[in-house]
Amino acid sequence: MAILDDYKGQTPAWCPGCGNFSILKTFKDAVRELGLGPHQFTIVAGIGQAGKFPHYLRCNTFNGLHGRTLPAATGIRLVNHEMPVIAVAGDGDCYGEGGNHLIHAMRRNINVKLFVHDNQVYGLTKGQASPTTHEGTMTKNQPFGVYSGQLNPMALAVALDCSFVARAFAGDQEQLKSIMVEAVRHKGFALVDILQPCVTFNKLNTFEWYRQRVYRIEAEYESTDRIKAFERSLEWGDRIPLGVIYKNSRSIAEERIPAIMELPLVKQHVDNSGLAELLEEFY
Amino acid sequence: MDYSIKIGGEAGQGIQTVGDTLARVFARAGYHVFTHQDYESRIRGGHNFYQVRLSDRPVTASLSRIDILAAFDPESIDIHSAEVSDEGRIIYDSSALRRTLEGPRFLDIPFSSLAVEHGGNRIMANTVATGAILGMLGMDMGILLDIIAATFRNKGEAVIKANNAAASAGFVFAANNCSGCSFALSEQTGPKMLIAGIDGISFGAVASGCKFYSAYPMTPSTGIMNYLAEKGKTFGIIVEQAEDEVAAINMALGASFAGVRAMTATSGGGFALMVEGLSLAAMTETPIVIGLGQRPGPATGLPTRTEQAELQFALHAAHGEFPRIIMAPGTPEQAFYLTNRAFDLAEKYQVPAFVIFDQYLADTQWTYEAFDLERVIYTDYRLREDALATVADYKRYAFTDTGVSPLAVPGASRHVVVADSDEHDEEGHISEDAGIRREMVNKRIFRKMPLIREEIQPPLLYGDETPAIVLVGWGSTYGIIKEAVDILSAGNRIAMLHFSELYPFPAARGRKGADGKEWFDYLTFLRNAGKTICIENNATGQFAGLVRAETGYEFTANINRYDGRPFTTEDLLGELHGHIG
Repeated sequence: MAILDDYKGQTPAWCPGCGNFSILKTFKDAVRELGLGPHQFTIVAGIGQAGKFPHYLRCNTFNGLHGRTLPAATGIRLVNHEMPVIAVAGDGDCYGEGGNHLIHAMRRNINVKLFVHDNQVYGLTKGQASPTTHEGTMTKNQPFGVYSGQLNPMALAVALDCSFVARAFAGDQEQLKSIMVEAVRHKGFALVDILQPCVTFNKLNTFEWYRQRVYRIEAEYESTDRIKAFERSLEWGDRIPLGVIYKNSRSIAEERIPAIMELPLVKQHVDNSGLAELLEEFY
Repeated sequence: MDYSIKIGGEAGQGIQTVGDTLARVFARAGYHVFTHQDYESRIRGGHNFYQVRLSDRPVTASLSRIDILAAFDPESIDIHSAEVSDEGRIIYDSSALRRTLEGPRFLDIPFSSLAVEHGGNRIMANTVATGAILGMLGMDMGILLDIIAATFRNKGEAVIKANNAAASAGFVFAANNCSGCSFALSEQTGPKMLIAGIDGISFGAVASGCKFYSAYPMTPSTGIMNYLAEKGKTFGIIVEQAEDEVAAINMALGASFAGVRAMTATSGGGFALMVEGLSLAAMTETPIVIGLGQRPGPATGLPTRTEQAELQFALHAAHGEFPRIIMAPGTPEQAFYLTNRAFDLAEKYQVPAFVIFDQYLADTQWTYEAFDLERVIYTDYRLREDALATVADYKRYAFTDTGVSPLAVPGASRHVVVADSDEHDEEGHISEDAGIRREMVNKRIFRKMPLIREEIQPPLLYGDETPAIVLVGWGSTYGIIKEAVDILSAGNRIAMLHFSELYPFPAARGRKGADGKEWFDYLTFLRNAGKTICIENNATGQFAGLVRAETGYEFTANINRYDGRPFTTEDLLGELHGHIG
């Protein structure tokens, strides 16, 4: 079994007190609990403060482009469906720039896990509104207040019959870890929206603000009931639910592709013995 | 013997079926065949045509002069009857076109009523027409019947029988009524292969061990996706239709990172979306092959037509400085071998490699005796389980003399593989250190680029070796220029110089080829000719610009066509007349 030091990477360059630190620590605990050594899974990261995540770890990493984590993760996973693939992105990255890819990853039900560091603001570019910023919030770039409605990723995911939909909070590491573990173990695309205070640019959605509102979803909640899940996904404001909001057992993309039914693509050797037969087809 | 048959009609009337079937019949009979298509961007209606040329000697372009015109719509007659030679024939169905045409060239064949009478359904009017054309040419029906049997194998004996009857009815009608038809075919030989440019690329991808293809459908690249999807199960290829071209290239890069050869293809508009991903391929040094099927732009342009106007786009696309490889095949055969080279070089040097083509090359079909599968190269440059077991300290971007770092497959060993779009250190982690930045740029550009240039082959010389006139082309104009040289060489010292490996731009001198022969000094060759004419299917002479930028050489004249149509041999000869008298 791996020890925590095995996952040790560069020293994080995040702001002191950033919610990302607890996500990083919890993630290490989660992969250790899952029994995944650094070489046994791949993180696909985008750009933003969340995008730096894998550099502060030691594991297979594809740190691609802003908004493009899910297509890259899809390619990796289709080629090697025996390896867990976890995409890590911020709210701007995957709800803004990469929104189209999120929709189609959920439709495709590729068995990739998407962990979103959702701080409801753009950190790396210094404080602009993100898709999850509250309506009316004033920023340097939106001096008269944000007029676009706030994106609700949980409701979007339930509407698209996303295979696993959960929300966690960086301030509740115990639950965050159990959700991360459950998401990786779940068969199907998983969206985990992790509320993560930005201590520098978001003066509204602070640790304290979240603490006053979040609650753990009750144990008897039926997470497979899509209508109830939709209702729950709409909760925001005074009370914000944490936990698995919805899950289903749709078949995954990897199970439906004939070329990889017997063996992952990466383990299939190139065999050109059939080329002569292909040539014949042109006669 | 050299006949051209044009089938014209609306989209949805099945002219492609007639054209494809005739081309296949002629190729199997051993004739040399060349086909090209012209169609509008619509599913039904409009006017389209399919042209088939057959000869007893190799043919590599279409002619403007037609011997048989099969008209399925009135426009075919209005637009194309002037192209038909005096000895030629125009076949049509007066009841379907609602008009009767007088004159020795017109032959009214009741396609529809013969189809109903003999096949039981007017849908077989196409089959009647196919049979009729063979009847006019005096060719026997055997091969056509074989093709019908194979085509309708899954539809049952009754359908095959009905189509046979319809084809025979057309054949007999034409044979009996084509009075004064003077068509005479030369003797049949062994079957030839018939292949379109797009299939050359697709087959080349399979032969190169391509395991992953992601794309968004876009003319004229979609044929690659069709082909690979069909072969996917047998050859272990995943074909994923992406939500957009941005996703397509990022999926392919993910697949390549994960350990297999990957490709995407599109046209200019889709490639515009891929440009960011191209830069990612460069920075992460992830091998990828990109098929770029040019069509006339800007924006939506002429979606189903042809142009060579994306060369400068492919050369300069993406932010940052990095090496890339650009192949531009001129024939389906070159498409096959150059796609294979693109895969090999992309992986060997961990750079993006383009196969740039256009609608014209994609759709034209050529005949060959065979492709030599022994010439296919496959070397797996990735480090997998066994090779990785002996590596003590793996670094994805380790500095080496060649600039090429070991490309390990993640998950295949205890080593971790880290790829990063940020500037990075040897391990792949973010770094803003000036020294590391400088070394990484040196590695990616200055170490790799000269080695890649060494691999690039000089242009192909065809014709006179000490010419007064050189016709220069790249990509899909190969066949047209070659035919022009053949015709003009009767009275001129003339040659073609054709470039198919465009970037890094081939070296003109300074080394010997792999066979020990002196390297082709094409610049001196050009300078020694009095007239050098660069022929391009674009408005601004993009290739001439590349030559000027790379060598300082300026062609003495340019011929550019930019109406969305390919050159025909006669068109080009007409244009050349003004230059060479």
